[in-house]
Amino acid sequence: MSAVQQQDVPGATGAATTIAVSRGGPGARVGLGVAALLVVLLAALPYLMPPGTTSALVKLFYLITLASMWNMLAGYAGMVSIGQQAYIGLGAYGVFVVNDTGMNVWSGTVVVTLAIALIAWPVSYLAFRLRGGYFAVGTWVLAEVARLIVIRFDSLGAGQGRSLDSITEDPLLRRAYTYWLALAVMVVAVLTVYGVLRSRFGLDMQATRDEEVAAQSLGVQVTRAKRLVFILTAAGCAAAGAVICISSLGVADPDAIFGVQYSAFMIFMVVIGGIGTVEGPVVGALLYFILDEYLSQSGVWYLVVLGVAAIVIALYLPRGLWGTFAHRTGFAVFAIRHRVTARS
Amino acid sequence: MNWVNAILQGVMLGGIFAIAASGLSLVYGVMRIANLAHGDLMVLGGYVAAMSAISYGVPVVITIPVSMVVLGVVGWLVQRMVLDRALRLEEMTPILVTFGLSVIIPNVLVELFTNNSKPLSIGSLGTASLDLGGGLTVGWFPLITFVLAVVVLSALHVFLRRTQSGRILRATSDDPSTVRLMGVDSRRVYATATVIAFATVALAGTLYTMKQGGITPFEGRLTVLFAFEAVIIGGLGSVWGTLIGGITLGVAQAVGAEISPDLPLLVGHLVFLTVLAVRPQGILGRSSLA
Repeated sequence: MSAVQQQDVPGATGAATTIAVSRGGPGARVGLGVAALLVVLLAALPYLMPPGTTSALVKLFYLITLASMWNMLAGYAGMVSIGQQAYIGLGAYGVFVVNDTGMNVWSGTVVVTLAIALIAWPVSYLAFRLRGGYFAVGTWVLAEVARLIVIRFDSLGAGQGRSLDSITEDPLLRRAYTYWLALAVMVVAVLTVYGVLRSRFGLDMQATRDEEVAAQSLGVQVTRAKRLVFILTAAGCAAAGAVICISSLGVADPDAIFGVQYSAFMIFMVVIGGIGTVEGPVVGALLYFILDEYLSQSGVWYLVVLGVAAIVIALYLPRGLWGTFAHRTGFAVFAIRHRVTARS
Repeated sequence: MNWVNAILQGVMLGGIFAIAASGLSLVYGVMRIANLAHGDLMVLGGYVAAMSAISYGVPVVITIPVSMVVLGVVGWLVQRMVLDRALRLEEMTPILVTFGLSVIIPNVLVELFTNNSKPLSIGSLGTASLDLGGGLTVGWFPLITFVLAVVVLSALHVFLRRTQSGRILRATSDDPSTVRLMGVDSRRVYATATVIAFATVALAGTLYTMKQGGITPFEGRLTVLFAFEAVIIGGLGSVWGTLIGGITLGVAQAVGAEISPDLPLLVGHLVFLTVLAVRPQGILGRSSLA
């Protein structure tokens, strides 16, 4: 994990100063090992635990997926979207479409994800006409348009939603498969974020976020980097939407699956956990998942508390919980930054 | 005649959108903040008006200034307590913060006043209409709303063009650091813009509540989109563009409703997206304020 490049640079005194550029460190090696072990353990869980536990975890997995996607979009590419529910909803409804053609829903999820990525590509041209806060609202309008169009199809249940009834396996197996699907989607999503950020694209994106004009003048293909992220995150949200649809055996309410509250939750998880870190959204999703388990019965005050917490953290702890911890200790499970150390 | 009537209704409806959009445009021009809670503030303004009439027996006409003053004070507080700090942080912080407000406001309203509609009745004025002859009619209330919209936007235009504070606002929109170098306290400029925006959105919210006959907590999720769409259709930073944007959106929705009752929202959004694709700077697009 710590690929070290060395370079000789003439120092001011004439003596050669060696600069070492490294990534990772002990935290990354141990952390990644633990993360890999955890995934293996989670994959074995349907054999070890009662189905109730795995069903609850499905929700955690799609929350982590959604948070990671929103974080890549806003935290790394600087595009604050409040319209990702468009792709969640389309992903969920896409499951019906592939299921109607006779494909099983698990491999269907892959098809749906790719199809939504194809839809997001032309949509990006429209969305990129706007920037900043107006981009945010533009994406929201696009989500509303997606909802209003989908509910015009009677075959998709019109405004009533639709149930997914042609999964014929026995319930135990169905639950296990759903669980593995959710786990796989999450692992692929987090690894994609990690991989993209370590690549040249990742650097392009972060340069674009920090100073778009400067990045452009240095030859970064700003729009291409942004478009790639836009499409990737749409695909990730679509996969999460498919998981939501499959795990709840259909869509009960189109207004909910296309609802802006998904954006609220994504923003909450990412801002609390730490925007612009790979681990932050995972921490935020975990925190939100626990809060949701215990507090969602307490009515809407709970949402008010989430809103207040997001504002307070955004204003007074802008790095979020994990981000602050990582900044103070330099610890990272998913090492992205390059560290430059000078030795003379 | 139905179509002409629909268009006329749309023009009148556009007045409310334009009033709501003017504050959004002003705040964006001065601070580069796109206030995602603008629709919820509109609803909050409606609630202040409705509750002042229900709980304190305030006469319906007086609920308008009551709502505007209350929201103006709220605007000053929000600016000083939240937005001033958000502006010093990252570019996306104001977006996150105003979105947080847009989650808080409707949920607090639900908790305090339930999901049921809070009525604000304007009595017989709601149904009275003026016959223009040839089968054309226009309601007195929509007409009053539209005239109010023109008055408010004209006042805003004159304020921005002819007064010292207005000049400072426009200058801040063009070049905030130079304005600061000239010794202007930017916090005061920002507070002025926000107070105006909150007061105008309260007016829009109260008129909207009167038009609908009542208000429910989550309507801000629709109205915020209308306000933003009106700003972008008309062109950022142009007072009259805002009016044209509001009217365009109002007409699109009214024509959509004439085609089919479940279409007004979709047609409105599609007109917005078409403008975005064809003329992204808006109908009267210019870069500076007013």
